[in-house]
Amino acid sequence: MSTPVPFVEMRGIVKRFPGVVANDNIDLDIHRGEIHALLGENGAGKSTLMNILYGLYKPDAGEIRIDGQVVHFSGPNMAIRHGIGMVHQHFMLVEPFTVAENIILGNEPRQGMKLDRRQAIAKVEELSKKYNLHVDPHARIADISVGMQQRVEILKALYRGAELLILDEPTAVLTPQEADELIVTMRQLVAAGKSIIFISHKLKEVLRSCDKVTVIRRGKKITTLPTAGASMNELAALMVGRDVQLTVSKTPATPGDPVLKVENLQALNNRGLPALRDVSFTVRAGEIVGIAGVEGNGQTELVECISGLRSATSGRIEVNGQQVANLPPRQVQEAGVAHIPQDRQKHGLVLDFTVAENIIMRKYFQPPFCQGLFIHQRVTDEYADKLVAKYDVRTPSVQTLARSLSGGNQQKVIVAREIEQNPDLLIAAQPTRGLDVGAIEFIHNQLLQQRDAGKAILLVSLELDEIMALADRILVMYEGQIVGELSDAEATEEKIGLLMVGEQRKGGDTVAN
Amino acid sequence: MPTERKKPEFWKMMKNFWQTTNWESNLKVPLAAIGFGLLVGGVFVLTIGKNPIDVYLAIWKAMFGSPRAFLDVIGQATPLVFTGLAVAFAFRTGMFNIGAEGQFTMGMLVAGIAGIKLHWLPGPVLMVVCLAAGTLAGGLWAAIPGWLKAKRGVHEVINSIMMNYIALYVTNTLVLSAWLRDPGYQATYEVPRKALIRNFMGTTANWGITLAVVAVIVVYFLLWRTKLGYEIRATGHNPHAAQYAGINVPKRLLGAFVVSGLLAGLGGAVQTLGVKRRVFQLFGFTGVGLDGIAVSLIGRNHPVGVALAALLYGTLYRASASIQLSTGVPKQVVGIIQACIIFFIAADEIVRYLLKRAARKGESA
Ligand SMILES: Nc1ncnc2c1ncn2[C@@H]1O[C@H](COP(=O)(O)OP(=O)(O)OP(=O)(O)O)[C@@H](O)[C@H]1O
Ligand SMILES: [Mg+2]
Repeated sequence: MSTPVPFVEMRGIVKRFPGVVANDNIDLDIHRGEIHALLGENGAGKSTLMNILYGLYKPDAGEIRIDGQVVHFSGPNMAIRHGIGMVHQHFMLVEPFTVAENIILGNEPRQGMKLDRRQAIAKVEELSKKYNLHVDPHARIADISVGMQQRVEILKALYRGAELLILDEPTAVLTPQEADELIVTMRQLVAAGKSIIFISHKLKEVLRSCDKVTVIRRGKKITTLPTAGASMNELAALMVGRDVQLTVSKTPATPGDPVLKVENLQALNNRGLPALRDVSFTVRAGEIVGIAGVEGNGQTELVECISGLRSATSGRIEVNGQQVANLPPRQVQEAGVAHIPQDRQKHGLVLDFTVAENIIMRKYFQPPFCQGLFIHQRVTDEYADKLVAKYDVRTPSVQTLARSLSGGNQQKVIVAREIEQNPDLLIAAQPTRGLDVGAIEFIHNQLLQQRDAGKAILLVSLELDEIMALADRILVMYEGQIVGELSDAEATEEKIGLLMVGEQRKGGDTVAN
Repeated sequence: MPTERKKPEFWKMMKNFWQTTNWESNLKVPLAAIGFGLLVGGVFVLTIGKNPIDVYLAIWKAMFGSPRAFLDVIGQATPLVFTGLAVAFAFRTGMFNIGAEGQFTMGMLVAGIAGIKLHWLPGPVLMVVCLAAGTLAGGLWAAIPGWLKAKRGVHEVINSIMMNYIALYVTNTLVLSAWLRDPGYQATYEVPRKALIRNFMGTTANWGITLAVVAVIVVYFLLWRTKLGYEIRATGHNPHAAQYAGINVPKRLLGAFVVSGLLAGLGGAVQTLGVKRRVFQLFGFTGVGLDGIAVSLIGRNHPVGVALAALLYGTLYRASASIQLSTGVPKQVVGIIQACIIFFIAADEIVRYLLKRAARKGESA
C-alpha cells in the first residue's frame, strides 16, 4: 500500500533562543486519525516545536506543510484556519467569563451587531454532547475545576474547526480519574477523524493511549516509532540517553521523634466554606507521610495552613514543639519548614525574576546573600550556579528569566531551592508535576536521602504511584477529613482508591466519626 | 589589591548587563515608538496645512538651538525626572501612583513655607531644611492612599486623585492667606535668596539636576541591588509568591508608595527653590505629576529610561513654547505629538509589528 500524504509535515525546523537551540532540525509527520506522542526531557524543545506549529513562534529555519502544501503561519489565527488547535501547558482562558463565552470568544455567533447568546449556548451544548466533553456553559471559569477548564480549552479548539489538536501536558494538571476520561475523549476524537499530538511525561499513559511516539532530546529528534511493542524502559532510555530506574528502591524507615503535629485543625476554603474538618496527624523525623486524595478534598488548604499561607479557624499545628498555626510564612520557615508549593507559577516563582533571584527567594534576607542593605550578587550567582548544576536545571544561565524556562525546569528550580533549605519538615505538594522521568528519579532519590538524614517529609500528591513509591505511611483525605491510614506494606491501589472516593471509612466504619 | 579583584568583576557585571538586557523591548521598540509618534504627529500638522518639517526643526532647535535652549530643556526635564521616578517606583510594586501630582504640589508648597517661615536659619541649613520638608510632605501625602491600599485594600488610584485635588486647594488657600501672601502678588513671599538653588545662566536649569541624577542612581540601586528592592519587585510581579517568600506584602506596598511620594515631594521642593522662588496660586494642576506618568511609561519604568524620557518631554515642553512664534503652528500640535508617542509606547505590539514588516520588506528587497 502507498502511504498517504501526511496531514501535517514539519521539515527541518530550527528555533534558537538566546543561549539555546530549542529545536535543531526537527522533522515530524502527523497523519489523520492518529494520536502522536511527543516525548522528551524537560527543556528538550517540545513546547517550542508545538508553538511553532501553532503559529506562535516563527521558526528560524524549516517549513511546515499541510496536506502537502507549504504554509507560513503569521499567528495562531492562521494556524486555526488550517485546522490546528492547541491547549497550552498553562491555560489561556478569561477567568471572569463564562464557559460558553470563552468557547465562542473571537468567533461569536451574531444577530446583527449583537452577540446571539442563545445560539452560542446551543452550539456549545451540541459540541459538548457530540464529543462527550461535559461542561456547564453558564458557569464562570474562575469557579470550575481544572479538569473542566481543560475541556473548555478543547471545546474552544474544536469550535474553531480544529482537525489537529495539540495537547501540551494535558494530564499534568488532572487527577488520575480525569486523565482516564481525557484518554477516552481522545479516542473518540480520532475515531471521528481528528488527529492529536499528545505531550506527556507519563510513559504509562503514552503507551496506553498513543499510536506513535516521537522522541526529542536536547532539541534534536531521536526517533519516531509505533507504541505497539515499545516498553516504558525503552522509551525512558531513548529520552534521557541512559538507563533510568523507573521504580525507586527504598529501605524501611526508622522514624524518630514527632516533628509535625497537627491537632483538630479546621479551616475554610476560598469561598468561605469548611475545607478542613478536625484534621489530626503526626509526621515523625525520618519518615515520609503521604497524603492521597482526589483533588479538592482539603489537601491544598491543609498544606497552606501548615506553611502559614492560610489561617486556621481552630486547632493546633506544632513544628518541633513550637506552635505555628496562624504565624506568618517567614516565622513558619524559621521554625524549620520548607514547602514545595503545588502551583509553581502562583506561589513558587516570580516569573519575571531571574533564575538566581528565584533560587535565593527563601534566603535573600540572610547572610551571606544579604549584607547590610545589599544583596550580594556574586554570592547569589555562585550559589545559584551550584544548585542549577546539582539539580540539572536546563537554562542558558542563572541570569535567564524564570519565565523563559521550560515548565519542568521551572519546577526543578523550586524543588532545588526548598530541598537545599535543609529543613526539619519538608512539605512537598506535587513535587514532580511536569518533570521528566530522569528528573523524577533524581527528586525521588533526594527526598529519600532527606528522609534517611532524619528529616520529616509530608508528601501530597494526586499520583497514587508516587505516593505508593515513596510514602512510609499513607493518609487518605476525603471531604476535609482524614478517612484512613495505611502503612506502605498494606497499601494497595484498590484500598486507597476506595477510601479516596469516600466508600469506606476508617476501620471499615460506614459512619463518619 | 582590592582594585585587582574589582576590575574583572566590573567587566563581568557589564557583560551580564549587556547580555541580559532585552534591547529589543527596552531600546529599539521605545525609540521606534517615538519615531512613529513624530511621524503620525507630522500628519496632523499636514492636515492643518503646515509643513511638518518646520515643526521637527523647531523641536530640534528647542533642544540644540543654543546653549540657553539646551539648558532650558534640562530645566524643564528636572522636575519630570522626579515625578517620573516616583511613578516608576510605585509601578514596580504593581501600584499606580497617579497622585505624584499632589505629592509634587505639596513638596512645592511646604518647601516654600519652610523657606519663608524659617528665614532666620543660615543659608545652607535653610536650603536643606526646605528640601527635607518638601520631601517629607510628599511622602506624607502618599502615605494616606498608601495606607488605605495596604491595610484596607482601597484602590490607590481613586484616593490619590482625590489627594491631588486636596493638595491643589490647600495650596491655593494657604498661598492666598494673610499668613503667606505677598501683597500685590497672587503668590507667597519669596523664599530668602540664601536658601535658593543656583541656576545656570539665568535659565530654569539649576543645580537641582544633580539631585535628580543622584535620585536616578539611588532608585536604580535600591531596586536592583538591595533587599528592599528585591522585596518590592517581588511584590509587584507576583504578590502570592512574595507572601510565600515571607515578605510582608501590605508593609511593602505602603513603603513603596511612601518612597514614591518622597521622590515627587523632593521634585516639588527643587522646583520651588530652583525655579519658582515662591509658591504661586495654581489655576489647575501643575501637570508635572501627571506628565510623570507619561515619562515613566515612555521610560519603561526604568530609572535610566525615565531620565531619558524626561529629557524628551523637556524638549517637547520647550518646543511648544517656541513653535507658535517661529512657525505659526499652534502649540497644541506638540500635545498631539506627545499623545502619538504615548500611543505607540502603550501599543508596543503595533510597533513590533511595524518593525517586523519593515524588516521583512528589507529582506525581500
Ligand atoms: N520564550 C523563550 N525565551 C527563551 N528561551 C526559551 C523560551 N521558550 C523556551 N525556551 C528555552 O527553550 C528550551 C526548550 O523549551 P521548551 O519549553 O520547548 O521545553 P519542553 O520540551 O516543553 O520542556 P518541559 O517538558 O519542561 O515543558 C529550553 O531550554 C527553554 O529554556
Ligand atoms: Mg513544555
